[in-house]
Amino acid sequence: LLSSRAVEPQSEGQCAPVDSLWRRYSEFELLRNYLSVTYPHIVVPPLPEKRADFVWHKLSADNMDPDFVERRRIGLENFLLRVASHPVLCQDKIFYSFLTQEGGWKEMVNETGFQIKADSRLKALNATFRVKNPDKRFTELKHYSDELQSVISHLLRVRARVADRLYGVYKVHGNYGRVFSEWSAIEKEMGDGLQSAGHHMDVYAASIDDILEEEEHYADQLKEYLFYAEALRAVCRKHELMQYDLEMAAQDLTSKKQQCEELATGTVRTFSLKGMTSKLFGQETPEQREAKVKVLEEQIQEGEEQLKSKNLEGRDFVKSAWADIERFKEQKNHDLKEALISYAVMQISMCKKGIQVWTNAKECFSKM
Amino acid sequence: DASLAEVNSFSPSMPISPSSMINQYKFEDEPELGDLFITVDDPESHITAIETFITYRVVTKTSRGEFDSSEYEVRRRYQDFLWLKSKLEEAHPTLIIPPLPEKFIMKGMVERFSDEFIETRRKALHKFLNRIADHPTLTFNEDFKIFLTAQAWELSSHKKQGPGLLSRMGQTVRAVTSSVRGGVKNRPEIFTEMNHYMETFSQKINVLDKIAHRIYKEEREYFNEMKEYGPIYTLWSASEEDIADSLKGVASCIDKCCKATEKWMAGLSENLLPILHEYVLYSEILMGVLKRRDQIQGELDSKVDALANKKTEKDMFSEEIGKLEDKVECANNALKADWDRWKQNMQCDMRSAFTNVAENNLHYYEECLATWESFLASQTVDLHVEEDSEDRP
Repeated sequence: LLSSRAVEPQSEGQCAPVDSLWRRYSEFELLRNYLSVTYPHIVVPPLPEKRADFVWHKLSADNMDPDFVERRRIGLENFLLRVASHPVLCQDKIFYSFLTQEGGWKEMVNETGFQIKADSRLKALNATFRVKNPDKRFTELKHYSDELQSVISHLLRVRARVADRLYGVYKVHGNYGRVFSEWSAIEKEMGDGLQSAGHHMDVYAASIDDILEEEEHYADQLKEYLFYAEALRAVCRKHELMQYDLEMAAQDLTSKKQQCEELATGTVRTFSLKGMTSKLFGQETPEQREAKVKVLEEQIQEGEEQLKSKNLEGRDFVKSAWADIERFKEQKNHDLKEALISYAVMQISMCKKGIQVWTNAKECFSKM
Repeated sequence: DASLAEVNSFSPSMPISPSSMINQYKFEDEPELGDLFITVDDPESHITAIETFITYRVVTKTSRGEFDSSEYEVRRRYQDFLWLKSKLEEAHPTLIIPPLPEKFIMKGMVERFSDEFIETRRKALHKFLNRIADHPTLTFNEDFKIFLTAQAWELSSHKKQGPGLLSRMGQTVRAVTSSVRGGVKNRPEIFTEMNHYMETFSQKINVLDKIAHRIYKEEREYFNEMKEYGPIYTLWSASEEDIADSLKGVASCIDKCCKATEKWMAGLSENLLPILHEYVLYSEILMGVLKRRDQIQGELDSKVDALANKKTEKDMFSEEIGKLEDKVECANNALKADWDRWKQNMQCDMRSAFTNVAENNLHYYEECLATWESFLASQTVDLHVEEDSEDRP
C-alpha cells in the first residue's frame, strides 16, 4: 500500500482545534469508502489515481517520482475541497474529525460499522441481475457514465501520445544548436547568424518541458471526471439494486397472498411441491391448514409493511439522488468548460512562444 | 594534352595561350547568363523488353546566338545526366560540377519507381541543369549544349564519339600514378585551408541533413497522432448537451492545427531537405575536386623530381614541365575562382533555406494561434452572455 502524506488545510467554517495534521493515502481511501457507503445517493468525489496512469514516456511512471507525488497531493487537496463544498457531505462528523482529529480516527470510522454495509455494497455493485421496470432516467444516466468513462480514457491515452510526439519534435531541434555552433567556427560571414540562431533553437527545444507540464494539469482535470463517472455509475447501480430489491419483495408478497388464497379456498392454482405431496400422501387436516394460513397472514402483513417502507425508501432515494445528480451535472459542465478554455489558453501560450522563437531565429538566419 | 583543349570548348577560334586562359578564370567580365531557361518535368515510364526506365522532359528557352533555335524540347533519362556530368568533370577537373541525385536510395523506404522518388529526382535534376546554366564557364560547354538540344538518336551517336574508353583509361592511370605522391607537399596554403574547411563542413552538413530528416519524421508522427485526437472530442460531444459546442470547438481547432502540421511538414520536405541533401553531395564533390587538383600538382611534382635525377634530357623535360606548370596554375585559378563562387552561393542558399524554414514555422504557429484565439473568443462570449442574463432581473 502506498502512502502519501498530505498536510490538511484548515477546516472550513468551524474553529479547528488542530491546524494541520498528517494523513496517509490509505486513510483518504477509508474516508471515501465510508462516505460512499453512508451516502449511497450522493455522487461522492473521487480520489486522485493511486498509481501513475496515462503517462507519456518522458513523465515518470514511478509512483515515488516527486512530480507525481506533488500532483497526487494536489489531487487529494482537491478531493477534500470537493467534500467540504458539498452541501450534504460537509456536515458529516467523520469528515470533520478526519480534518481535525489526529489520533483514533480510524477506530472511530470502524465503530460506525459501515464496513458491513461496505462488503455487501461491493458485492451488489458487481452482481448481475435484471430489473423488470427500470427507471429510464437512471438507465440513461448509467449509459452516460459508461460513455464518459470510455471517451475520457481514450482521450487521455491519445493526448499522452500526442504529447510524446510533440516532445520529440521540439527536442530534436535542440541538436541544431550544437551543430550550428560548431559550423559557425569555420564560417566568417555566416558565423554570427548561425551562432545566434543556434541559441534560439536551444530555447525552442527547452520550452516544451514547461508547456507539457502545464498540460498535465489539464489531464488531471479530465482524470477527475473520469473517476467521477465511476461514482455516478455507483449511484445508478444503487438505485438498480433498490429497484430489484423492491421488485423481489413485491413478487414475494404476491406469491404469498396467492398461497394464502389457495389454502383458504382449497383450490390449487399454482403448482407447489407441498401440494403434490399432499395429493400423493393424503390431504392435510383442517387444523394444519388453518395454522398455515395464520402464518402466511402474518407474513403478508409484515411483507406489506416492508413493501410500503421500501417504496418510501425508494422514492426518497430517487428524490435526493436526482437532486445531487443535477448538482453534479452543473458542476461537471462548469468544470469541463473551464478545463477546455484553459486548454485553449495553454495552446495559445505555446503558439505565442513558438512565434517569438522563430521570429528571432528568422532574423538571425536572414543575417547569415 | 586533350584536357587543355577541351577547357576552351566554347571559342575554338581564340588563341590557346596559357595567359589568356588564366585571365578567363578571373571572371572579370561575367557573360550575361540570364538568357538560358531550363525546366525538367513530365516524367514518363518506358518499358522495353530488357528494362523499364523513366525519361524526363527537358525544355530549354534561350536567346543566345550559338543556339540555332530559341526553344528546345527533348527527353532524357538518368543515364544521360550521368554522361553529361562525367563529360563536364573530364573537361573541367577543378571546377565544381553540381551534384546529381543519387542512383538509388538504399536506406530510405522509397521504392525505385515510387512517385515520391521520381518527384524528388526530377526536382534535383532540374536543379542540376540550372546550376550548370548559371555557371559562367560550364554554361558554354559544348556537351551541355548538345544535351539540351539534340534528339535522342543524335545524342546516342555523339556519346559514342569523343575520347573514348582508352583515353579515359589513360587519364585514370595518370591519376593513379600521381595519387601515389598526392601532390600534398607543395600544396599552396589556400588549398590546405580549403581541405580543412571541407572536412568540417562535410561533417556538419551531414549531421544537419540527419537532424532535418529526424525533425521531419517526428513531425509526421505528431501529425499521425493528432489525426486521431480531434475526433475523440467530437465523439464526446455526442453524449453531452451543455458542453457539446465547446467540445466540438476544440475538435475543430485540433483538426485545423492538424492540417497546419501537414503544411509544416511539406515546407520542410520541399525546401530544406533537398537543399541540405544537395550540399551533402556537394561536400563529396568538393573533396573530389581538391583531390584532383592535388593530382594535377602531383604530376608536376613527380616530373620535377624526375628532372632532378636525369640531367641529360633536360630540355625535353623543361618543356613538359613548363606545360605542367601552366596546367597547375590554370587548375588552381579555376578552383580558387569557383570556390569563391561556390561559397557565395552556399551562403545564399543556406540563408534562404533556413529563413524559409523559420517563415514556415511562423506561419504554422500563427495559423494555430488564430484558430485557438477564435475558439477562446467564442467561449468567453458565451460566458458573458450567461453572466448578463443572470444579472437581469
